Amino acid sequence: MNRKAAWHGLWPWLCAASVALSLLLLGLLLTLLLTRGLGHFWPAPLEAVTLTSGETFAGEVIREAELPDRSGQERLYFIGNRDNSAQDSHGTRFRWVSLDTILKREAPAQLVRLSRSPWGDFIGQLEAFEHSGQRLEDNAAWQALSQALAQPKNARPNARLTLRPLNGEAFIQPLAEVYRASRPNAMSWLSKVRYWADGVGRFLSQGPRAANTGGGVWPAIFGTVVMVIVMSVIVMPFGVLAAIYLNEIAQQHRFTRLVRIGVRNLAGVPSIVYGVFGLGAFVYGIGATVDEWFFSASLPSPTFGTGGLLWASLTLSLLTLPVVIVATEEGLARIPDAQREGAVALGATRLETLTRVVLPMAAPAMLTALILAVARAAGEVAPLMLVGVAKLAPQVPVDATFPYLHLERKFMHLGYHLFDTAFHGDSVQAAIPLVYATALLLVLIVLVLNLTAIFLRHYLRRKRATT
Amino acid sequence: MTNAVTTPAVRFAPEHTSLCIEGLSLAYAGKPALDELTLDIPRHRITAFIGPSGCGKSTLLRALNRLHDLNPDVTRQGRIAFEGEDIHAAHTDVAELRRRIGMVFQAPNPFPMSIYENVAFGLRLQNRLKKRQRDDVIEWALRSAALWDEVKDRLHTSAWQLSGGQQQRLVIARTLAVKPDILLLDEPASALDPISTLKIEELMGDLKHQLTLVLVTHNMQQAARVSDYTAFVDHGRLIEYGTTDDIFTNPRLRRTENYITGRMN
Repeated sequence: MNRKAAWHGLWPWLCAASVALSLLLLGLLLTLLLTRGLGHFWPAPLEAVTLTSGETFAGEVIREAELPDRSGQERLYFIGNRDNSAQDSHGTRFRWVSLDTILKREAPAQLVRLSRSPWGDFIGQLEAFEHSGQRLEDNAAWQALSQALAQPKNARPNARLTLRPLNGEAFIQPLAEVYRASRPNAMSWLSKVRYWADGVGRFLSQGPRAANTGGGVWPAIFGTVVMVIVMSVIVMPFGVLAAIYLNEIAQQHRFTRLVRIGVRNLAGVPSIVYGVFGLGAFVYGIGATVDEWFFSASLPSPTFGTGGLLWASLTLSLLTLPVVIVATEEGLARIPDAQREGAVALGATRLETLTRVVLPMAAPAMLTALILAVARAAGEVAPLMLVGVAKLAPQVPVDATFPYLHLERKFMHLGYHLFDTAFHGDSVQAAIPLVYATALLLVLIVLVLNLTAIFLRHYLRRKRATT
Repeated sequence: MTNAVTTPAVRFAPEHTSLCIEGLSLAYAGKPALDELTLDIPRHRITAFIGPSGCGKSTLLRALNRLHDLNPDVTRQGRIAFEGEDIHAAHTDVAELRRRIGMVFQAPNPFPMSIYENVAFGLRLQNRLKKRQRDDVIEWALRSAALWDEVKDRLHTSAWQLSGGQQQRLVIARTLAVKPDILLLDEPASALDPISTLKIEELMGDLKHQLTLVLVTHNMQQAARVSDYTAFVDHGRLIEYGTTDDIFTNPRLRRTENYITGRMN
């Protein structure tokens, strides 16, 4: 109480304000990622827009902005229908419309949105559902389509749909190319939630489509997680052994101090430098040699002599090694000498003291080291671009042939996928929501990995304190 | 050996001597801590080392089980014989030596394990006992340390939940479990409350029949209460060594009398 009472004046306010500001910014970041990332999967209402020119089209409202050349507002619609030859510029999925040219906006319940591959989304009217000579129209067609899509892909009837864009000719669409359908204007709240959950599930479990501006991110999730796990498996033994040597075995003189300063400074080296090293040493050095010795049959096409999961994991291990060494060593240094002396006085050798007393006590510190390493590794993109990440590797590097997990293959990574979607896609407007969703996912994955380690550490501490 | 001439010290017949220290000098990184100490420690008696802080009494105690081996800066001259054998001889098994010469430290240092596992620690290192036998030894050790009745219902809870006095008795039990011949106690009660101190002192009296005890303390009353022999150490030298009665009631040197009556420091 006295210590708190002694604080007066501006200082406590300044400190509190900086805490508040940090929390506010963090909250903003998470809110933005959550709303934009998860909102993308919500079935937004569709509009049928009639323009003063007499043209009618259907679309989803994205946002509004100032007109570039005169005063007034314009609105961005997602209209899909890339295969509609009647659209002004063939192949665009988005359309800016000046507000003063809009005559009428309606939300007809029978507007459907179909997700297709190829050609992307269709927005318009479902006129008919034809299957084995039977032709169903309007509501009956919709019922039949819903039922067909509810079945697993290989059990669906070989049907044909007749679709009509509001601004174009009706055309025939094979059912096999359609994987999802909705009538957002006619959906109840509950079915919207179901549709949303289905969309999130597809995003998490499917591969990317349409040059990374559509589809899911499953290979990238898999690549990120496997890379981080392989990295942890490599870095933890090395880092812990190095820390044990520095703190428990080496004599503490000038050279040891020099090594320690060196290790700490390695943690500050820019990550791209590690990437360059990984490319030179692992990919072109070790990888090329391994190819010469063991995979000469398939040369000149490289097996290990090109970027891959293993080299990326090794490079990141190198990157996170200083973090692991420093955190583990700090944990070892915190263990009182009385504990070591107690063990030694009972007749324990140095090795027994280390394995039975020191290491169990340092386990929480090692988990802290792991948390720091994972947080650092999962967020790195720059070094990966040099040592094995791919723009598109839709097959996860796991299959039924030995050794099942193929560490020499290229892989996808969420961080790089994010970068690629944002800057190298063909449509910025389509990429924006996916960028947010991917960023949210990356945050969540790091969070889950960290929480696992934190709970493990908490468990170990509790176990020590109570059992 | 000039000290030996001027130092009033009791000597014991070899058959009654557990530890025999001859001309022991010790330095931390060149800084002398012990200077030519020579004394015998009698078997099945309590020998107390007293002296002002920093006089070297703890250093002397830690030399007896070669705990200074952990610190490469420590240099030593002189000889320590345990049951007639030089403890620094090349063939000495240091781990076995430390098992036979147990040590209890100033601050209780139980391991972060259960009470049971703490006492089992030394036994597991030797790994010779079956579980049934081990359980018996653990019960015996905890009873010997007067702790059994307090912990028998929670043997598998953390040792860190015990009070300071209980922890110190647990450390004694842990040491007793490996059946040492000598128990070194480095100010074992200095961190404890009076009641816990009393328990530890009673315990020392009981243990005397089983083993040899060496006690470092700066509590003069404690040395007078529990020990049979007292050695007064100052500035790394042995000043006077005799029966506790003699040292406290009839010291031969002025310096000893001054320290005991509190006219020093």
